[in-house]
Amino acid sequence: MRTEKKTEKLFRLRNQELRLAKAVIAGALALLIIPVPAAFSGNTALTVSVASGEESGQAENGGKSSKEKVTLRIANWEEYIDEGDWDEEEAIELEDEENTVILGENSMVEDFEEWYRETYGIEVDVEYSTFGTNEDLYNQLTLGNDFDLVCPSEYMFMKLIAEDRLQPLSEEFFDEETEENYYIRGVSDYIRNIFDTNTINGEPWSRYAAGYMWGTTGIVYNPEEITKEEASHWAILADPKYRGQVTIKDNVRDSYFAALGILNEDELLDPEFLRSPDRLERIAEVMNRTDEKTVAAAEDILKQMKENAYSFESDSGKADMVTGKVLANYQWSGDAVYTLDQAEIDDYYLAYAVPEECTNVWFDGWVMLKDGIDGDAAKQQAAEAFINFMSRPDNVVRNMYYIGYTSVIAGGDSDIIYAYADWCYGAEEDAEDTFEYPVGFFFSGDNSDPDYVITAESDQADRQLFAQYPPQDVLERAVVMQYFDKENNQRINQMWVNVRCFDLTSLSWQDWAKIGAGVVVLLAAVLIFLKRDDIFRKR
Amino acid sequence: MKMKNIRFSRKQLCIPYALFLFCFVILPLAVIVYYAFTDGSGRFTLANLLSFFSNGNTIGTLCYSLVIAAVVTLVCLLIAYPVAYVLARSGLKRAPVILMLFIMPMWINFTLRLTALKEILTVLEGNLSLHPFLNTVIAMTYDFLPFMILPLYTTLLQLDESLLEAASDLGAGPAAVFFRVTLPLSMPGVISGVTMTFLPAMTNYVILDMIYNSTYIMGSLIGSYFNIYDWNNGSMISLILFGVICIITLITGKGDRNNAENRGAIL
Repeated sequence: MRTEKKTEKLFRLRNQELRLAKAVIAGALALLIIPVPAAFSGNTALTVSVASGEESGQAENGGKSSKEKVTLRIANWEEYIDEGDWDEEEAIELEDEENTVILGENSMVEDFEEWYRETYGIEVDVEYSTFGTNEDLYNQLTLGNDFDLVCPSEYMFMKLIAEDRLQPLSEEFFDEETEENYYIRGVSDYIRNIFDTNTINGEPWSRYAAGYMWGTTGIVYNPEEITKEEASHWAILADPKYRGQVTIKDNVRDSYFAALGILNEDELLDPEFLRSPDRLERIAEVMNRTDEKTVAAAEDILKQMKENAYSFESDSGKADMVTGKVLANYQWSGDAVYTLDQAEIDDYYLAYAVPEECTNVWFDGWVMLKDGIDGDAAKQQAAEAFINFMSRPDNVVRNMYYIGYTSVIAGGDSDIIYAYADWCYGAEEDAEDTFEYPVGFFFSGDNSDPDYVITAESDQADRQLFAQYPPQDVLERAVVMQYFDKENNQRINQMWVNVRCFDLTSLSWQDWAKIGAGVVVLLAAVLIFLKRDDIFRKR
Repeated sequence: MKMKNIRFSRKQLCIPYALFLFCFVILPLAVIVYYAFTDGSGRFTLANLLSFFSNGNTIGTLCYSLVIAAVVTLVCLLIAYPVAYVLARSGLKRAPVILMLFIMPMWINFTLRLTALKEILTVLEGNLSLHPFLNTVIAMTYDFLPFMILPLYTTLLQLDESLLEAASDLGAGPAAVFFRVTLPLSMPGVISGVTMTFLPAMTNYVILDMIYNSTYIMGSLIGSYFNIYDWNNGSMISLILFGVICIITLITGKGDRNNAENRGAIL
């Protein structure tokens, strides 16, 4: 049953791609057609200019009639928000207290504009754009593209906090008494604690950032070829046994984290270390080391990993995993769920493991930009309202269904989000092989809370449910990777360049001999060509 | 009707291109030079230049790019010359059709073609990651071959038949005709083909990414510096690459001029 639901979802995605393609083609045709008559006939050109004149007139009128209108410029990841347009059959019938039915008719952005008008009586116009990588977003911000509200990953908003470019969230935003403050009323205690305790330059994240989606990093693997035990250690990424069978993330932070996991394996798995009450803090200290010695050792490990890996990838790993080209794939939990879903369509069963040593807990969060908000209280109110609207439990479900990632919102008083988790992963009544999976740690802060136990089919212990709602023991070894200061950052980046460049010293004397032979042959050919007259004359 | 009366002088006709040249070639180049010789806070420095040449890894990548580019160019030349020669000289009836077959892949988006090639190579080799260098050469050859065939075909097609006949009449065997007349006369085609494959082969890192070669070439090295906001080092490496390309163009250009003299000697 669940597989079917997922298939429908994927089908819907494909439908949307088709629609997008159609729109693009139509747009391209329009572009082709418009200039042609305009160029060849003076009359048409005249009509066009009249039409555009009318348009601009209308725009002016529109501007005058609603002075109150707020424009909110938002930048988010691609395909990271519900775009609506679900089919009727897709409606999610939850078994919460009120038997809520979730159906995304309009896009989330349109719904927000309407909701804001109805709730606050103010027109808001959202200019929504997307970016592909954190660096992309940062470059856009640096080049003067103004946004009011953006959703980068935690290290990028840490960088923005450190550079003093963010507008702090208002006090009202944290008022739990206000009905519309869905974020602060609904955010999971686990996440809230992380946002309150992680600081940069002495300021907690939560002063500037509100979470959106979160997850862990781990290994997607093929359980038929690799045991769970093997996949549960970072060392698998450098294991010569799986040469050419594993993929690694093509970015310095994720790769460096994995390298540190391998480098410090003994220390992290030491029984004394495992038992210590401050284990989490100690892991955080180990995994955020950036001294010269550590970086140099990590460089060696990464060079080994480079020799061993199938590829460094940022996107292709999912497809290579599903098509069986590789056996293990270093992956973020959100994409791991996607990979597992995709494979399931072909009746190919993959699993997800989080290394025993530690994992990197990551976040994407909403932050407001000082330059964008520019002291405009109305704008800031709209931006914070947008965060709250995205955190309203029914909207959280819509986004989670659409994106496939896990929201930081647990729901607070509402049980809709838990009901959705149960709808996704709860076993059918007649299923035989089931087990109890507690998710209380995330939902209520107490893992033994009997209200938050999902009865799932037993394979879910290593699969989507495990990836989407990690159990308590995983979260007890999940640490944040800090944003490093300039000097340390430079050292790590230089190390990464060194890893990826061609190492001349890696060539053996046989290689040099081959290169030498090639050069000699080439030179001989050129020489013969230049002296061809002499050679042929002698003949 | 009015249009007929408007006349543009040559200078005026050049204005649009001059503007374009200034905005999109000269100005960006000046910006690159500025960044290459300054540090993060805008002070003049040579550190970027020195750090490139004092790091064995970056030098290694420069060598690696040069070797890839040289091998790809050579392979392209060896494949393209016979094809172009046969198509242009042998009077095949269907020559244009065959030429079309070589050109047609260019009409399809190259990422799409590479994805297909990746699958084919996987079938042939079993695991793509075992032969990264070989795969890169195959993929680049595949991608750049039309750029080598076209100029060769054009020059060989324009070759004056009477020169070849004259050579045979004067007693040259087929080999001598080829090496002393055809080959020298087709050198301009060879040189433009070489420039059109060698230069992109040094920088086109998208192919390396797609074919899973995880070693940087010059293009990806520049990209990686810009990705970590190190515009200064990135610009310096762009300039170094620019210098390397200038030197190579000068060498091939010189060869071309020598050939022009040779051609005179033959005539």
